[in-house]
Amino acid sequence: MLKYTLQRILYMLLVFFIITFMCFVLIRMLPPVPLPPGDPHTIVVEVRREALGYNKPYLVQFGIFLRNLFTSFDWGVSEKLYLGQDVLTIFLQKLPATMIVNAFAVVISIPLGVALGVFAALKRNTWIDYTISTLTMVVISVPSFVYAFVIQYLLCYKLGWFPFLMKAGTDWFSPSMIWSMMPAVFSLSFAVIASFTRTTRAELTEVLTSEFMLLARTKGLTKGQATVRHALRNCFVVVIPAIFGEFIGILAGSLIIEKIFSIPGVGGLTINAINAQDYPIFMLSTCFYTAIGLASALVIDISYGFIDPRIRMGSKK
Amino acid sequence: MKNNNFEKIPQEKFAFVQMGAQLHDSKLETKSRSFFADAMLRFSKNKSSVVAAWILLFLILFSLFGPMLTPYSIYQKDPLYINYPAYVPSIAEKGWGILDGAKVHDSQNDVSMNYWKGIAEETGYNPVLGVVGEHTTYVKYRGQMVERKTYDLEVNRYYEIGVVYRVFSYAEFEKIQAWQNETGIQVIYPYVEPKDISDISDNPNIWYQVDSKGAAVLDDNGELVPMYSTNKDIEGAPYNSLRIEGDDGSYIYSVAKSGAVQARVCYYNYYQYLNGHEPSFIFGTNTMGQDLFTAVAVGARFSLLFAILVSIINLTIGAFYGAIQGYYGGMVDMIMDRVVDILSGVPFIVVTSLFQLHLARKVGVVGSFAFAFVLIGWIGMAALTRKQFYRFKSQEFVTAARTLGASDFRLMFRHIFPNAIGTIITSCALIIPSVIRQETTLSYLGIVDLSAFAGTTIGTLLSQGNANVTTAPHTMLWPSLFLGLLMISFNLFGNGLRDAFNPSTRGVED
Repeated sequence: MLKYTLQRILYMLLVFFIITFMCFVLIRMLPPVPLPPGDPHTIVVEVRREALGYNKPYLVQFGIFLRNLFTSFDWGVSEKLYLGQDVLTIFLQKLPATMIVNAFAVVISIPLGVALGVFAALKRNTWIDYTISTLTMVVISVPSFVYAFVIQYLLCYKLGWFPFLMKAGTDWFSPSMIWSMMPAVFSLSFAVIASFTRTTRAELTEVLTSEFMLLARTKGLTKGQATVRHALRNCFVVVIPAIFGEFIGILAGSLIIEKIFSIPGVGGLTINAINAQDYPIFMLSTCFYTAIGLASALVIDISYGFIDPRIRMGSKK
Repeated sequence: MKNNNFEKIPQEKFAFVQMGAQLHDSKLETKSRSFFADAMLRFSKNKSSVVAAWILLFLILFSLFGPMLTPYSIYQKDPLYINYPAYVPSIAEKGWGILDGAKVHDSQNDVSMNYWKGIAEETGYNPVLGVVGEHTTYVKYRGQMVERKTYDLEVNRYYEIGVVYRVFSYAEFEKIQAWQNETGIQVIYPYVEPKDISDISDNPNIWYQVDSKGAAVLDDNGELVPMYSTNKDIEGAPYNSLRIEGDDGSYIYSVAKSGAVQARVCYYNYYQYLNGHEPSFIFGTNTMGQDLFTAVAVGARFSLLFAILVSIINLTIGAFYGAIQGYYGGMVDMIMDRVVDILSGVPFIVVTSLFQLHLARKVGVVGSFAFAFVLIGWIGMAALTRKQFYRFKSQEFVTAARTLGASDFRLMFRHIFPNAIGTIITSCALIIPSVIRQETTLSYLGIVDLSAFAGTTIGTLLSQGNANVTTAPHTMLWPSLFLGLLMISFNLFGNGLRDAFNPSTRGVED
């Protein structure tokens, strides 16, 4: 198990390294952004560019990039949006907003999603199940920004319950700040709730119709006991890895929701960096999103082995 | 001696084994049903999917033929009718409160009431549809409590513009006069000199006597007092056309302005002169002054065509890739799987941006966007095909075909692949909406700007609408509604297809 986990982690690092290299070369191949003449930061950026070896072969440049990364975790300076400022500092400033909004969304949606799924599976083929399943289908099909608009228009504008955009500032846990985050949190959680409901319902339905449930009932357990002790446990074999994956996904957030509610997060930073062609920020965002995607896939994969004793990871049967 | 000479057997020695009965399989009692007919039968039993299929068909027809139903094209952008609500003159006349271009203006005081009245009297189009609310406040004015009334008015935005200043060449001015004579619709209204209306020069809708604050000065009967110019010195161009009521022939209709003439023009009628019909927008107009109905249809058309094209390419690549992976297995599979791992690890937004930055100038925005989709879009398809190949490649019919000498290629695509066709058709119906979703997301975020190529896209419309969601919610409503409906019906349709083609997986979501 440990060996398999280590193997997977090493493999993930290798994939991450290759992706980073590819993106690095592709980004460096683009013509460097012209700097505003006369700006005091221009000299800083130019000196940095010289130090980063902008005129040397790409492999040498990548070597310098890696050396800076390993020795001082230096991601370079912004070339456009925050001219001359350290990219990592800017990025870390933006991270809390994204994380907090997404953490709220996950905290709200996981219990709700699982509960709805369990409920729908237990009331299978009744109108409750049909309603929940239909709503789930609708929410999963419709892109999240469409109901973000509905929330923004109805709750924020027509009813005026929430502020239209997220409050500025860094007082992340003040009541007014949390309140102003709520529309974004709701918009984000709908999709998560729906996907958890669907997974839980599908798994639980399958488990509930399996033979060991019949055995559990025949040995004298009540329906509730059998469900909680046997069905739910088996169904969570699939649900819990998904929850782990979701928690890692918190970091990534949603680009589009961040834009709609103007959350000062990494998503907005990434979009701005792409549109303004601020390559150092773009490089950092690329690595960030890649790492998160790979890490969440890895965690989901490995957690199966830890949760379900039937799965022997890495064994050759 | 045995007769081994088989070469020259005389013909008469041959005899038919049997001549009477014909040898053939007995015909099946029932009609045979093909795989597709069977799947279609199962599909048609799934009511929600059938409904979804009809809705889908309707939406596709709408996007193909929608623009033909309106007199507008996507390139027609009105400079003044921007973000205006839905308005169809023939229905608005009926007074049902729908499609009448109405918007509520809050707290209108007496000054603006007279302003609306001025527009109504001059142009004959009364912008005020009705009074929604009335508020009475008491304010202290010169030491006394005075009652002040304000009104919430429902106003027809298309009439509300009233009269605007426009500058024409002399020829154009002639043409408008000719059009006026022909149709009897008054476009040009008499000129009002700013010095007669308290030097207000930026509001063409004031043609009546006003005080220095712009409030109307009424005569004894409570009527507005016209202040049209009769000053012969400022006549711009000759005017021999319709004259407004009460004009004794002395009113001036235009002013010379550096080689051209400026005139007061009733915008609603001027619009008819320009376009040959009254403004009529069934969904309203968007931020660009485009007809939203046309814009949604045109945007959807692009999205659908693009998604179908990308899906076909991805399905082909994915099927080949997955087939090779699954058929050969072993080392080939492993190496190809590593490639998939790397490609699927790159976030899609990064792929798109890099392609945009590198290729947009060489192959165009749409081309580079399609490349981005093609680069990683086939991965899911390849995985599916690979799974199917692993399932079927060790079965007896494959061994049999191989024994008969079938080549690898023939085995892959004649023998194994048809078994996977059901899965592939199904995933096609589910890939299309996911492409549309991503395309919409990226054009919403502004990472790809497709409007130059496609006129507009749903994503662009959504991002324009989002900027005006409070003032013009309809610009948000229609694109969202269309997108939502399209996604739901595509997914329902896809699920129905999946159940129809793989009855064993019915109800299992994957």
